[in-house]
Amino acid sequence: MNSIFKQRELGFRLGTGAVAFCLVLIVAAIGYELVRQSQLALAKFGFGFWINDIWDPVSGEFGARPFIWGTLYSSVLALLLAGPIALGIAIFLSELCPAWLRTPLTFLTELLAAIPSIVYGLWGIFVLVPIVRSLESALPSSLKVLPFFAGPPVGVGMLSAVLILAIMVIPFTSSVAREVLRAVPMAQREAAYALGATKWEAIQAALFYARTGIVGAVMLGFGRALGETMAVTMVIGNNPQISLSLLAPQYTMAAVLANEFTEAADELYLDALIEVGLVLFIITLFVNAGSRLLIWNMNRPATVRKPVPAAAAVGASA
Amino acid sequence: MTVSQRVFAALTGAALLVGVSAAQTQINGAGATFPNPIYSKWFSEYGKLKQVAINYQSIGSGGGIRQLTSQTVFFGATDGPMTDEQMQQAPGRILHLPTVLGAVVPVYNIPNFKGEIKFSGPVLADIFLGKITKWNDPALAKLNGGTNLPSTDISVVHRAEGSGTTYIWVDFLSKVSPEFKQKVGVNTSVKWPVGLGGKGNEGVAGLVQQTPGSIGYVELIYALQNKIAYGPVQNADGEFVQASIQSVTAAAAAAVKNMPKDFRVSITNAPGKGVYPVSSFTWILLYENPKDKNQSKAMVEFMKWALSDGQKFAADLGYAPLPQEVVKLEMAALNTIKVS
Repeated sequence: MNSIFKQRELGFRLGTGAVAFCLVLIVAAIGYELVRQSQLALAKFGFGFWINDIWDPVSGEFGARPFIWGTLYSSVLALLLAGPIALGIAIFLSELCPAWLRTPLTFLTELLAAIPSIVYGLWGIFVLVPIVRSLESALPSSLKVLPFFAGPPVGVGMLSAVLILAIMVIPFTSSVAREVLRAVPMAQREAAYALGATKWEAIQAALFYARTGIVGAVMLGFGRALGETMAVTMVIGNNPQISLSLLAPQYTMAAVLANEFTEAADELYLDALIEVGLVLFIITLFVNAGSRLLIWNMNRPATVRKPVPAAAAVGASA
Repeated sequence: MTVSQRVFAALTGAALLVGVSAAQTQINGAGATFPNPIYSKWFSEYGKLKQVAINYQSIGSGGGIRQLTSQTVFFGATDGPMTDEQMQQAPGRILHLPTVLGAVVPVYNIPNFKGEIKFSGPVLADIFLGKITKWNDPALAKLNGGTNLPSTDISVVHRAEGSGTTYIWVDFLSKVSPEFKQKVGVNTSVKWPVGLGGKGNEGVAGLVQQTPGSIGYVELIYALQNKIAYGPVQNADGEFVQASIQSVTAAAAAAVKNMPKDFRVSITNAPGKGVYPVSSFTWILLYENPKDKNQSKAMVEFMKWALSDGQKFAADLGYAPLPQEVVKLEMAALNTIKVS
């Protein structure tokens, strides 16, 4: 009897282990394949590929720096914009919202996540870009001296891309953050109230308890922003240049892949495009590893003083 | 009924449901997106006449050439002819066969200006190089004598993705401007010195329609179907010609005299009267000696139909039909393809 249970236990463990290992294999296979297929470009440009600014399919000179810049700049800005909004939505839905409003609001935010990105892109071209253009035209000239607002107001460019990315990222981040907040044990809030905390202070306690999950939610949004292709390419202007300006048309890695892959006929060009994919893959891995490290660092001290947060939050604001 | 009998019966039933007849010849092709509407029309019309099913994947010219070279499809299609290097990489001799013609037109948006703007090749090249930056530039004013053009800044819009439309456009600009040829060159994607990249014809047209002072380029069909204003372009004979089905076919007819045997010819900036200079063939690519002779026979028959009866579908879809002289040369070339 006992041995049958043990066997089952072992079988279950091996089965799930094998499935989990498949995932590792798939990631490794993607990495291997990207390296294998970009051999020509890797051999010809080496590390220079990461820091060269020129992307010229005619003369066969390829550098990915403007695309790396565009991807990181748009994603970071989108995250800065979407993060607080998403967190606000999550807090409202889990802590403050009256019950009758909760279901329709949750449904609506999640509906945003279900819209295909091409629809966002077309909406971007025909609705968002004209609005952005009129906003840009209305910028006071005192602001135009800042490098963030340099250049003519054409509408398409970094600002439109950031806005559309932020809208696309919000539902992901907010629904995960909401789930995380809902998972915070009631005892945490009750403890805070018992110590005389106000509603805001109790929410702070819950936020502190849920911080690793919230960072995870934000990183999920960041990953989504890094890889977003169709909507971004339709509004970012697709011009490989490095600029701080929100008005300038720029380019991202995912966008150049989507745009140029189908018509790339010569070997070096194709290999350079696949190397762009490799660079995106590496950056995504680093971002994810970085967020893991961040969460890990946050967790370490928390294990030592687990019951403290509620009291600490109250104490800090008192 | 034994198990194997049941399986056999089930499979037969499935086969009856799926394949209408085993005699039907299947041919797979892949390539250019630009001629996809006319090719789809041809394949469906031809399917009604003959037991031939042609599947076409419009994955782009580059993809079509790659798939043909690796022999995963029977035929390819491209908007720019294959280079000598690409031809050498293929396992067999490849024939280029022009099917229809297309043209690319300059579209613009100048606020409070209703007239027509005439362009010349060198002026367009300078605009797309970023050298002419205002609509009231003397070079533009000289072409449009008497028209009062505003001092608005010019915003250049080009295609973001690799495309046959870009190929035709930069091929023309490189022919008329040595500087453009040296700084930009000819390819389906190029390094643009200035401008915004719009995705697809609709992306370019959308940006041009929204951005005051902008200029872009789209396929003629697209401008016709969406009623977008476009300007005439000066041809090699010095005439200003508006793009139309007739002026594009005229460009091909003018090129017949100098037609190379393999049809790999660019007809941008062709000499002759009434010729629209930003015109181009689009080609189907076939192996001269393919492995599967059944498919080869069916494909050659289809091509002969497309070049004769099929041409009448072209104008409705905004493509210019081939001139008779080119069709004659192609019929002779088709007869060199091995069918048995």
